[in-house]
Amino acid sequence: MKQLGTIYGINGPIVYVKGRTLFQMSEKVFVGKEKLIGEVITLDNERTTIQVYEETSGMKPGEPVYSTGSPVSVTLGPGILNNIFDGIERPLKTIAELSGEYIHRGADVKLLDTEKKWPVHVTVEVGQEVIGGTIIAEVPETKTILHKSMIPPDIEGRIVEIVEDGEYTITEPIVKVQKLDESIIEIKLAQEWPIRNPRPTKSRFESSIPLVTGQRVVDSLFPIAKGGTAAIPGGFGTGKTMMQHQIAKYSDADIIIYIGCGERGNEMTEVLEDFSELIDPKSGNSLMERTSLIANTSNMPVAAREASIYTGTTLAEYYRDMGYDVAIMADSTSRWAEALRELSGRLEEMPAEEGFPAYLASRIATFYERAGLMQNFNDTEGSVSIIGAVSPQGGDFSEPVTQNTKRFVRCFWGLDKALAHERHYPAVNWLDSYSEYIGDLAAWYRDNVSPDFVDNRRRIVEILHQESSLMDVVKLIGSDVLPDDQKLTIEIGRVIRLGFLQQNAFHSEDTSVPLKKQGKMMEIILYLRKRCKSLISHGMPMSLLQREDIFTKIIAIKYDVPNNKLEMFDQYKNDIDEFYTKIMEKNA
Amino acid sequence: MSIEYLGLDSINGPLVVIEGVQDAAYDEIVEFSVHRTEQKLGRIIEVYEDKAIIQVFEDTTNMSLENTHTKLTGHSMELPLAPEMLGRTFDGIGRPIDGLGELNYVSKRDINGDPLNPVRREFPRNFIQTGLSAIDALTTLIRGQKLPIFSGNGLPHDKLAAQIVRQANLGKENNEDFGIVFAAMGVKHDVADFFRRTFEESGVIDHVTMFLNLADDPVVERLITPKVALTAAEFLAYDLGKHILVILTDMTSYCEALREVSSSKQEIPSRKGYPGYLYSDLASMYERAGIVDGKPGSVTQIPILTMPNDDITHPIPDLTGYITEGQIVLDRTLAGKSVYPPINILPSLSRLMKGGIGEKYTREDHQAVADQLFASYSKVNDARSLASVIGEDELSDTDKRYLSFGEKMENGFIGQELDENRTILETLNLAWDMLHILPREELNRIDTKLLDKYFDEDR
Ligand SMILES: Nc1ncnc2c1ncn2[C@@H]1O[C@H](COP(=O)(O)OP(=O)(O)OP(=O)(O)O)[C@@H](O)[C@H]1O
Ligand SMILES: [Mg+2]
Repeated sequence: MKQLGTIYGINGPIVYVKGRTLFQMSEKVFVGKEKLIGEVITLDNERTTIQVYEETSGMKPGEPVYSTGSPVSVTLGPGILNNIFDGIERPLKTIAELSGEYIHRGADVKLLDTEKKWPVHVTVEVGQEVIGGTIIAEVPETKTILHKSMIPPDIEGRIVEIVEDGEYTITEPIVKVQKLDESIIEIKLAQEWPIRNPRPTKSRFESSIPLVTGQRVVDSLFPIAKGGTAAIPGGFGTGKTMMQHQIAKYSDADIIIYIGCGERGNEMTEVLEDFSELIDPKSGNSLMERTSLIANTSNMPVAAREASIYTGTTLAEYYRDMGYDVAIMADSTSRWAEALRELSGRLEEMPAEEGFPAYLASRIATFYERAGLMQNFNDTEGSVSIIGAVSPQGGDFSEPVTQNTKRFVRCFWGLDKALAHERHYPAVNWLDSYSEYIGDLAAWYRDNVSPDFVDNRRRIVEILHQESSLMDVVKLIGSDVLPDDQKLTIEIGRVIRLGFLQQNAFHSEDTSVPLKKQGKMMEIILYLRKRCKSLISHGMPMSLLQREDIFTKIIAIKYDVPNNKLEMFDQYKNDIDEFYTKIMEKNA
Repeated sequence: MSIEYLGLDSINGPLVVIEGVQDAAYDEIVEFSVHRTEQKLGRIIEVYEDKAIIQVFEDTTNMSLENTHTKLTGHSMELPLAPEMLGRTFDGIGRPIDGLGELNYVSKRDINGDPLNPVRREFPRNFIQTGLSAIDALTTLIRGQKLPIFSGNGLPHDKLAAQIVRQANLGKENNEDFGIVFAAMGVKHDVADFFRRTFEESGVIDHVTMFLNLADDPVVERLITPKVALTAAEFLAYDLGKHILVILTDMTSYCEALREVSSSKQEIPSRKGYPGYLYSDLASMYERAGIVDGKPGSVTQIPILTMPNDDITHPIPDLTGYITEGQIVLDRTLAGKSVYPPINILPSLSRLMKGGIGEKYTREDHQAVADQLFASYSKVNDARSLASVIGEDELSDTDKRYLSFGEKMENGFIGQELDENRTILETLNLAWDMLHILPREELNRIDTKLLDKYFDEDR
């Protein structure tokens, strides 16, 4: 660590060094007497600009700035899962042990535990040719996840030495590689990677498999592919965080990276508490065993908030490289964009829309581009899916962050204030949300759920659109004057909304629903509609049909049919038939 | 440390620049002496070599480039702390103004506070009964929560806050130690007096610490007031183990002061002239509510803000709502119908409610009843607008029932007397009275078991 400059000026998280310096772009530096972590963001003949990841209060001109020679990086290795970090991967539990309930700046902590011994099984042999990505060892990182240590991306050569299987820390050499230039390099369980650079892969391909979330409005109506991107925009209190919690809990990803970017402290505490207790049905272990949390809450320094998104994404890519399906929840990308705006404002850059810097769009694009289903260099396949919450100012989707996000994601789950107010959750507006993955996933749904899943989905969406235009009329003149077939559309629309789209996150059965049940629910609703249609064509008025409790019964299926008792649907079909016969017989 | 600099290099609104200073630190507090008679405080907001840009907390009116002496204090803004702060009144930056003399300060703390480590927070779960049905049933207040009141000019937010203070079981029931920290930013004298009287009348004045920056006090000073108040609150809560309720009023005045300083710094504004960091700035205060794992006390916040033009999408309520754990929204139309408290329940929300209600805390049916009231009340407006188009007589029977349900909700459930203190069971029973106005088929948010138990078809 060498001093390469002295502080000239301080403006909040921005620090200036005067004159021409030897710092590098994006270099990690230590700033001031307390050696706060910073990053070089601009360089010119007059001055060097540094953003500081910690509170700069009390810092003075004349204090030193030290160079590290390397870009801001994270440590990748066992110990990431079942853990919680700040925006630059400093472990919050370790910080709590050092400094108590408050986070003081200047905490000198290792990113990952360097003392802990991990049981290591070496999977390569001496003499073996290796490239970046080759898996060299396996470590049971948590009860759920087998960690696969890899040769770092930029290294190629031949194994010349390996250790015996046994217990090692992340800083001890596991294998030695003779590189192409004959030099020898020690490879350890952990490696460093700069957060702003995507980790390389062999190739990217289109995904045809959904990320199954257990949430009906997502899986059935607007599905996301593994390796896909989705945005959840919505005003405050409309349910963005809840939706991300639900997906983090119940989706079939192998690993969840949950980034709390500029949001509430209590929400992170809640995730920690809940996820530690909740059992992951797939593994039988606690959900934390497959989860890593990045918590840079709204009261933590703003520069680290900007970095937290990249930190989380880099962790996700690392597990993807091992062949895992990783899902990132980023809550909220708007806070990240605002951090960009705040820093840009301090730098007195030319603002574009609403004070946001002109590079907002390209930053959003590069973030979502890091998602994808990839063929890795070690020939495994892995994916990173990104689900980003967007918090539009004033709940207005025309603002720059929502609009620019819309350009780069393929799923849009727009949350609606009015739905949230009537406590219709998840408050996903079915009229303006969309998924561009439906075509890609259709074959999978056909083969794995049911042959008519995609067709039924289309019909459900159509009914909802028809219902909505009819409701516009009803608001003006009441429903009495409508013809019976239109009344039926409204009634079936109601059944879909209450019985299918609404999903209660706090109900043990309804909180997450398997695809088969989702499919059967759509089927039975459409069957009810078909029978009602037939009754109406026989001249039965809707008022007569509505006197029966069959509609209420179908709505209650979500609570009354347990997720593992799908044979009960046959009974409902019989009930519908009986309802049909009864009306026909009584009124013929 | 005690070098004094004579003169300033520029004065622009609340900002002054001084060159040739040595050893000035970012965020350091400086003391000005104007004409050797008047003392003022300021804070260094930018520093470049020997040039410091300082934000003055008081008015800069009398300051000239010549008459001002400046002294660096060597520290950031601190508040001296003492257990006997309860029962005392201070000005907006923490100096006693009640004539009761100095306090025996035991410690001093930076008013900006440090962020609470999320791994050391305890998730808040304890229900605080306020005796107000709209709050207890639908936007339940939880100890350690930050739950603001979104109001408008002339709406009874002060009365409502006062009633909560009078009726809430802040700690009285369980004999736990409690206290109230009251911070006024830019409010009128009569508002401060009203709160003081309320505290006196309800016999809690010995448990109240007041920080007052009133409408005629220096504008920039109110940027300090909430931070000072929260520093005191944290001391009382976490060092002394008390349950502290913090009332911050009016956050709109605070934000306007922030905008004023920002614009004199010529910063690039985001929306409506407010600085881009308004969100972070508000969060640094609101996030100071909570409970620390393993410590006995708590900090609950009820910030009050007046929505400019009653516009909930205005940046102040909007950014607040994005940070706080819900909001209680007051409504002019309801107030116009003489409903008190005029709480518009639909946009109101308590995010921590789910953890503090139900069988273990209030009653098994609480969540379902709340969901149903929200869902049903949201249909009242449709029925009302339909009635205004086609006439009430033409409405279907169900729609007529919705009209009547809406009426009863506003007058008999949301509305209550200023001294009416309902228990949670009274509130929930009253809620069922409301639901009985509607046909049972309309109650699709409540599962069959609960309906069978609480809904009497023959009523
Ligand atoms: N699926 C759901 N089931 C039940 N309740 C829900 C659901 N989604 C949201 N809610 C309710 O809505 C409240 C607000 O949701 P949430 O915190 O997710 O909003 P948000 O969009 O993240 O808001 P903000 O932008 O302010 O963070 C929750 O506390 C909960 O009470
Ligand atoms: Mg949220």
